[in-house]
Amino acid sequence: MDPITSSENEGLLDDVERAAFDYFRHTVNPANGLVADTTREHWPCSIAVVGFALSVYPVAVERGWVARDEALESSLTALRFFRDSDQRGAPDSTGYNGFYYHFLDMRSGKRIWRSELSMIDTAILIAGALTVRMYFGGETAREAELREIADQLYRRVDWRWAQNSGRTIMQGWKPESGFLHYGWEGYSESIILYVLALGSPTHPPAPDTYEAWTATYQWENLYDIDFLYAGPLFIHQFSHAWIDFRGIRDPFMRAKRSDYFENSRRAVLVQREYMRRNPGEFIGYDEQCWGLTACDGPNAADAGTANAGRRLFGYTARGVPYGPDDGTLAGWAAAASLPFAPEIALATMRTMARRYPEMVLDHRYASAFNPGLIDSDGRFWISPGYYGLDQGIVATMIENHRTQLIWRLMRNCAYIVTGLRRAGFAGGWL
Amino acid sequence: MTAMATATCMQRQRGGDLPENEPAEHERTHNVRPADWRNPVPVQRYDLVVIGAGTAGLIAARTAAAKGAKVALIERHLLGGTCLNIGCLPSKALIRTSRIYAEMRDADRYGALASPGIPADFALAMRRVRQIRARASRSDSAQRLTAAGVDVFFGQAAFTGADSLSVKGAILHFAKAVIATGARPATPSIPGLAEAGFLTNENAFELSEAPRRLLVIGGGPLGCEMAQAFCRFGVRTVIVQKRPLFLPREERDAAQVLSDAFARDGIEVRLNTRVVNVRAEGTRKVVDLVSDDYESTVTVDAILAGTGRVPSVHGLALEAAGIDYDRRHGIHVDDFLRTSNPRVYAAGDACLAHKFNDTADASARIAVQNALFHARRRWSSLTIPWCTYTDPEIAHVGLYVRHARERGIPVDTYTVPMHDVDRAIADDEETGFVKITVDEGTDRIRGATIVARHAGEMISEITLAIEARIGLRRLAHVVHPYPTQAEAIRKAADACNRARPASRAQDLVSRSLHWLRR
Repeated sequence: MDPITSSENEGLLDDVERAAFDYFRHTVNPANGLVADTTREHWPCSIAVVGFALSVYPVAVERGWVARDEALESSLTALRFFRDSDQRGAPDSTGYNGFYYHFLDMRSGKRIWRSELSMIDTAILIAGALTVRMYFGGETAREAELREIADQLYRRVDWRWAQNSGRTIMQGWKPESGFLHYGWEGYSESIILYVLALGSPTHPPAPDTYEAWTATYQWENLYDIDFLYAGPLFIHQFSHAWIDFRGIRDPFMRAKRSDYFENSRRAVLVQREYMRRNPGEFIGYDEQCWGLTACDGPNAADAGTANAGRRLFGYTARGVPYGPDDGTLAGWAAAASLPFAPEIALATMRTMARRYPEMVLDHRYASAFNPGLIDSDGRFWISPGYYGLDQGIVATMIENHRTQLIWRLMRNCAYIVTGLRRAGFAGGWL
Repeated sequence: MTAMATATCMQRQRGGDLPENEPAEHERTHNVRPADWRNPVPVQRYDLVVIGAGTAGLIAARTAAAKGAKVALIERHLLGGTCLNIGCLPSKALIRTSRIYAEMRDADRYGALASPGIPADFALAMRRVRQIRARASRSDSAQRLTAAGVDVFFGQAAFTGADSLSVKGAILHFAKAVIATGARPATPSIPGLAEAGFLTNENAFELSEAPRRLLVIGGGPLGCEMAQAFCRFGVRTVIVQKRPLFLPREERDAAQVLSDAFARDGIEVRLNTRVVNVRAEGTRKVVDLVSDDYESTVTVDAILAGTGRVPSVHGLALEAAGIDYDRRHGIHVDDFLRTSNPRVYAAGDACLAHKFNDTADASARIAVQNALFHARRRWSSLTIPWCTYTDPEIAHVGLYVRHARERGIPVDTYTVPMHDVDRAIADDEETGFVKITVDEGTDRIRGATIVARHAGEMISEITLAIEARIGLRRLAHVVHPYPTQAEAIRKAADACNRARPASRAQDLVSRSLHWLRR
């Protein structure tokens, strides 16, 4: 086989990144800047997807996919909407105490599905707001306004309230029943949440909250690989969309002589080891075809699943080595791991696209596919439509791999720097 | 259905072709509470009086008598206590049968022909439970205890002073006493529950028919074990638990693996859910549930309360002997298991947070040694494993990682999924793992969690290693028969050696390789 040239790789990454960005263009409501959670009909907005949209607007400007002014306008529209949104915390409001309900009506921006006020999803939204705040540094009145609104949104978030007098930050709140908390158990995607909270000049949580959160970490030797354990890959990716963890270490990673970036590389290796073993005997699994993470999945009611012979999990966080695993893979997971293990990720992206081109039509990844579930027409199961979270993490991580754009922007964000330092991070660029 | 089962219980009281007329039940009753028993005339002063004849009480009485002490053993109800009559043993017997049904239904997984639609015969399984109970009751029968030199008294004991108590009008004086009165099921205070009727481990084993639909309140070990067993008898089973995390005390992956196993079995687990009201409608029980802001109702035929156990401390007149206690934690003891009355010790569920058979046994031995033989054995020095007998089983010993981190103890964990173990693959029992936690950078074992079909059998190797201070690396040199599932432990030890070879050993290896390559 001919070696793949770097320009061919660049071409592939450009196509995938562009396709991911286009998701946001096609699903945004230009009237309020809200972005749909998925492309499925009548689907609401997810505030985290808005956060990703804001994060990739600067990317699109730099790559010439949209004009700076257009990206600025889209960003401003979204930020103005959240600034002016109903913050009473009523069942049909948009938010409360600076946090926002997880799912909002695409048109009215009001809470939908009786969803929870979500701390982690608000953090992702705020990370996006700070990304555009760092990017649009121009002197124009509109860029200044954008920076001011982003700052207002960040300063308005009452992280201390979200502790509910506990040691860690709660996971949600509902007007009907109060705080929801399922307990933090082990490493999760929430470093970004804690760093943003700790960086707050207005409502920071108690200083020991990061220590309390990391107290549940588990450092494990699995398949002869030492790493901070978390089963699904997205956990090893999401906070890395904004924070450049290369060489910076918190007390836990200092003690383990590692860092979160290296840890995410090892998570890829663990994922490959699991796939090589394939304990569930799933079709398609091998070292070149992996991606157990939070994604859509088949349900028992879906076509072609009648003879699955196993339980199917629908949308869930799939992980290794304990599952859940029903043979469903997310092709985009390799792209989102690109910065950590570029050679492996690129080879996997190519192999999976060659074997299962239907799951990455026009270079845009479906949320998931299951090569072992074949319908009566001989087609394997593919998640219908597209998910904003998947496209967001793909676009941000490919860009970070290529130019480190978002990392560079956020390395200069004083709130992030303060948050990292208060969490005990030191070394490297910090 | 429960109402039918209740009716059956009532029929039993009238006699007829019913379980208690079985020879097995006759034998057990004869062993654990002989109808014609006459309490002996007390001696002037006993070296040791033991109150309660469950696991802890029996061990205490036998241990002391074997050393030549004059011992009295007082039991209010049945010799053998919870474990023999209504706890560990009958539940394990029932679980065994339920596993058989699960395997028969899943036979094709094992390369055997499955027989679809195998009807589960609950009554047959319960008959076996009673036979096994009867057999186990032989070893600690009233007659055998008497032969071992123990004066057996039936009746409620009540202290009359610091060194005396009464039972059925007789006064027993003692030099030392051990309270081992055990625990009883906690009754959840849910409106309507008592009126509608519910099962606990105290009466679940009296059922002669399985309910069609069962609601289990509480997702603790007992609730989980019974839920899975009943589900495998074809009972549609729902577990409702107030707390948001399934098995909150256990290692998260252990809980996750079991949660998946339950889902495969068809058990519905509702977390973060409270039972707010129960009402009987004919033979059915209608249960109102609330989860955050969602309200729902389920209709079942029986409710099993698995909401924990509370110490049995009522009726003992503990105040008369100056013994401190409270109703939640039971008898207050120090690390030597001594109560606030220096003559009186306690053991087992009556005083311990961990209410297990093995802890009852171990605590009884300590209490007797300290009470009679001037030993200074500490409860805190013991290494105590425990096991939840679900399928797969969850066994644990020592520190959990989160507790180690809370105490500032840096640790590493070596994990071997059971899918890396040949015997587990051959047995199609790949669900689970062995996780062994050591002090960071060393091989000193701090704790372990095993999730496997036979985790309870496997955990003892780690318990031994902790107790004997054998490092994890050394376990790599222990030959484990191949193929066995316990090989997972050796594999964890191998991983420890590969990750952090002992410096001397590594030095030797390097030198040998250097010599070979010359």
